[in-house]
Amino acid sequence: MGSSSSRLDRVPGAKDLMEETGFSETNILCLYDRFEVLDREERGYLRLEDFEAIQQLAVNPIGDRIIGAFVFPGRETLDFPSFVRVLAHFRPTDTTWSRSGSQPEPANSRTRKLRFAFSLYDQDGDGKISRAELTEMLQAMLGMQVTDEQLQSIVGRAIQEADLDRDGAISFDEFKKMAASGQTGLKSVSSIMYRTKQQQQQQQYICGEGGTEQVHLKHSCQTLMFIFC
Amino acid sequence: AEGAVAGAVFQVWVFVVLFLIMLPAMFGLSLGVTGVYIQVLVKILEWATVRIQRGRMEQPSVPVPLPNGIIERAGGSMEEEIGELRNSFALSDAFYFYKKGLESIVDDQVTQRFSSEELASWNLLTRTNQNFRYISLRLTIIWVLGVFVRYCILFPLRITLAIIGLSWLVIGTTLVGFLPENSVKTWLSELVHLTCYRICARGLSATIRYYNKENKPQKGGICVANHTTPIDVVILANDGCYAMVGQIHGGLMGVIQRSMVRSCPHVWFERSEMKDRHAVTSRLRAHVAAKTKLPILIFPEGTCINNTSVMMFKKGSFEIGGTIYPVAIKYDPRFGDAFWNSGKYNMVSYLLRMMTSWAIVVNVWYLPPMTLQDGEDAAHFASRVKSAIAHQGGLLDLDWDGGLKRGKVKDSFKEEQQKMYSSIIVGQNGINKDANRF
Repeated sequence: MGSSSSRLDRVPGAKDLMEETGFSETNILCLYDRFEVLDREERGYLRLEDFEAIQQLAVNPIGDRIIGAFVFPGRETLDFPSFVRVLAHFRPTDTTWSRSGSQPEPANSRTRKLRFAFSLYDQDGDGKISRAELTEMLQAMLGMQVTDEQLQSIVGRAIQEADLDRDGAISFDEFKKMAASGQTGLKSVSSIMYRTKQQQQQQQYICGEGGTEQVHLKHSCQTLMFIFC
Repeated sequence: AEGAVAGAVFQVWVFVVLFLIMLPAMFGLSLGVTGVYIQVLVKILEWATVRIQRGRMEQPSVPVPLPNGIIERAGGSMEEEIGELRNSFALSDAFYFYKKGLESIVDDQVTQRFSSEELASWNLLTRTNQNFRYISLRLTIIWVLGVFVRYCILFPLRITLAIIGLSWLVIGTTLVGFLPENSVKTWLSELVHLTCYRICARGLSATIRYYNKENKPQKGGICVANHTTPIDVVILANDGCYAMVGQIHGGLMGVIQRSMVRSCPHVWFERSEMKDRHAVTSRLRAHVAAKTKLPILIFPEGTCINNTSVMMFKKGSFEIGGTIYPVAIKYDPRFGDAFWNSGKYNMVSYLLRMMTSWAIVVNVWYLPPMTLQDGEDAAHFASRVKSAIAHQGGLLDLDWDGGLKRGKVKDSFKEEQQKMYSSIIVGQNGINKDANRF
């Protein structure tokens, strides 16, 4: 009792963060330790350079886009609560929340997770993934390994498959449908799991709608999940 | 009467230090005291672990340590996640990279190597940050006893030994330096070095086990080891004589360095010379080429890592030529954390922490010598040696550069990932053959 609450006192606003995001005490402490490690110059906030210094992130093909989810024009410095709020998107979806209930949609609901992934592609935030944006994304992931023609043909096919209303761009609903159907080969273990004190959590979702699309959606969301302990 | 008591205590002290520690050190003998001490310590620590586990079950509010980082990585390789060769792109493919990226923000392989290893159980030192002393009264009492033993009994003894060891090094090497160059000088120089490193090792209550002594580095070779702490030098030099390589410092360190080089040829560089890689390499090459000189000791990582992994070996050491004798050093973290976090502690406070730990228990493996193979470049050779060391020491073999503070990571790493991904969705043959599907 005495020792653990004194550790939590180090973290400003910990109790509010825990309530808002659903992280446990251990999670918040771990994340705060991580924040302090990343904040090499002890400024109390993180900046672009601190993320760029993470070597593993620098070699990730879409590393700069991921950093952009944390630090972007308008928010060049990231304090600890904002850091935690972004990561809260990747907690496992609460099994007890259902769309028809009265509580507001939590940060880590399925839809929110997919919206986050959608914003990876949709850099200008207009709600649609244009052909140019898709090309840029593929360019990042493939680098110099494919020719321009190959790139264009891949992009063309992807748009053809996904764009159901034939407006030349992929909207969020079309994205959701594509993300659902693309996971048939995916093993279901693909999720980022934080160590659980109480062993594995059951992946039971209360599906308001039924059907296989929801099952596939579940799998794709699992890719975007951390299960914190 | 008080003077007599003080005199008696002092005499006992001198007797203990001189006859029970210094003389055996000169001859490489051990009285076995440290061995008994370690065994007793292990028993106590085991009891403490059991007690803590019981306490943790009774008091669930005590925070649980997370020894393997805060994320459990259940994900597989790129093939497992994105799927086998399928010649098509799916929007969800980006999720794999996104996940890996977020994982590395929360917990990356490089940064965690620069903080001390977290122990799964407490070793009765509050510096390991677990605050378990509140679990039971008996544990608290043992911890207090431990503090007393470490600070009031062991620490003064160790400081005395360290001072004696270092002064003996300076005086002894200076005296030997007056002799003319002959075999007597070499023999005396080795004796002096060995003795004082052994005394210093006693000064840290170090228990060192050497394996595969038949592979010990020979004259004219280069000894290469993983780096955890400046004490690595003491650990290795307890069993053989090496020519040290490094930068000349000022102050006490400089005095020691300058006197050492009087008795046997160490390789010290001025700060300005260190920047010139070519000059460094040629000087080392000259040293190695004279096959009669002591083997050079080099730590190719370039920086201290926390002894859970081995990071990229800088290829400079492997371009010198000569035979490489790899050595793996693994510290037992239960008895004291040997890692020198140079950002957090300066040298003096680090040494003080070392001298107030329980002990330093370390395993040293001498690996069979390796040489550059035909058609192999230095970087590949370095990587090969690194893997051998990591494998032997039970350490994680990483390719990341520990010495890279704010520089740019090599583009080749990113290209590798792009290559892998493109081979999945485009295949080796280039353009997607199913382009005409629609």
